[in-house]
Amino acid sequence: MERLSLNESPANAQRNPQQQPQQQQFQQQNSLGPAGQMPTSGPPQLPPQMFTTAAQLLDLTDKKLVLVLRDGRKLVGVLRSWDQFANLVLQDTVERIYAGKLYADVPRGIFLVRGENVLLLGEVDLDREDEIPSTVTKAPFEEVFELKKQEDNKRKSGDKKRHTELSALGFEPEHSGEILF
Amino acid sequence: MLFFSFFKTLTNQTVTIELKNDIRIRGILKSVDQYLNIKLDDVEVLDLDKYPHLSSVKNMFIRGSVVRYVMLPRSEVDVGLLEDATRREAANQAGKAR
Repeated sequence: MERLSLNESPANAQRNPQQQPQQQQFQQQNSLGPAGQMPTSGPPQLPPQMFTTAAQLLDLTDKKLVLVLRDGRKLVGVLRSWDQFANLVLQDTVERIYAGKLYADVPRGIFLVRGENVLLLGEVDLDREDEIPSTVTKAPFEEVFELKKQEDNKRKSGDKKRHTELSALGFEPEHSGEILF
Repeated sequence: MLFFSFFKTLTNQTVTIELKNDIRIRGILKSVDQYLNIKLDDVEVLDLDKYPHLSSVKNMFIRGSVVRYVMLPRSEVDVGLLEDATRREAANQAGKAR
């Protein structure tokens, strides 16, 4: 996968040019068909290898990223390696803890994250990374951590109460009990 | 594979994605893969005050499993074609099951 160039033309572009008009017509009719062909109308065609997890992560390699995990952790680090499951390796990672209007940074080092725990990955715009929104201010770690603990406990008891009430009414908890932050 | 193909036809359109943790993100759909992981460019987080960690993010990779909704531009969806494709897919699946 890594050896494929993203700018390579689609596989069918290499076929006999005489067959192409027919080929394209066929593809147009089947653009939403189960075979998964791409439409030829509209914007310029992208090669099929663009549409793989690997290609999506390839652009983000060696970039500074914000990684949000399923448990609500926010990690900022440089993406060094990954695979098709979005298992990731981050270098020089800093965990950023937010609580109320405060935040704190904790240096963490190297992270290897199992893909299932990834919520999203965002590339940090290096020109804007120092523009911290005015709604949050930096504070000592201990202070933020204490506040976060209180917030988490409050949310947990609230969630628990809601789940018990909902299940008493016969509702399944949202995302079938899986906790997402 | 139907929705994979469908999302592929929507590349370079502006979409709004709501995640299962209620974050809503608007951006240009750049790419989608077989797990419906989504890559967005020029992202804008609605209600940014609640999610300060996303303030300096320019593009984003979202894992398919955490997406709740994708809001699409109405004009870019050929509902008739999609209906046909859905029926064809359903027929195929029924054929396979037998």
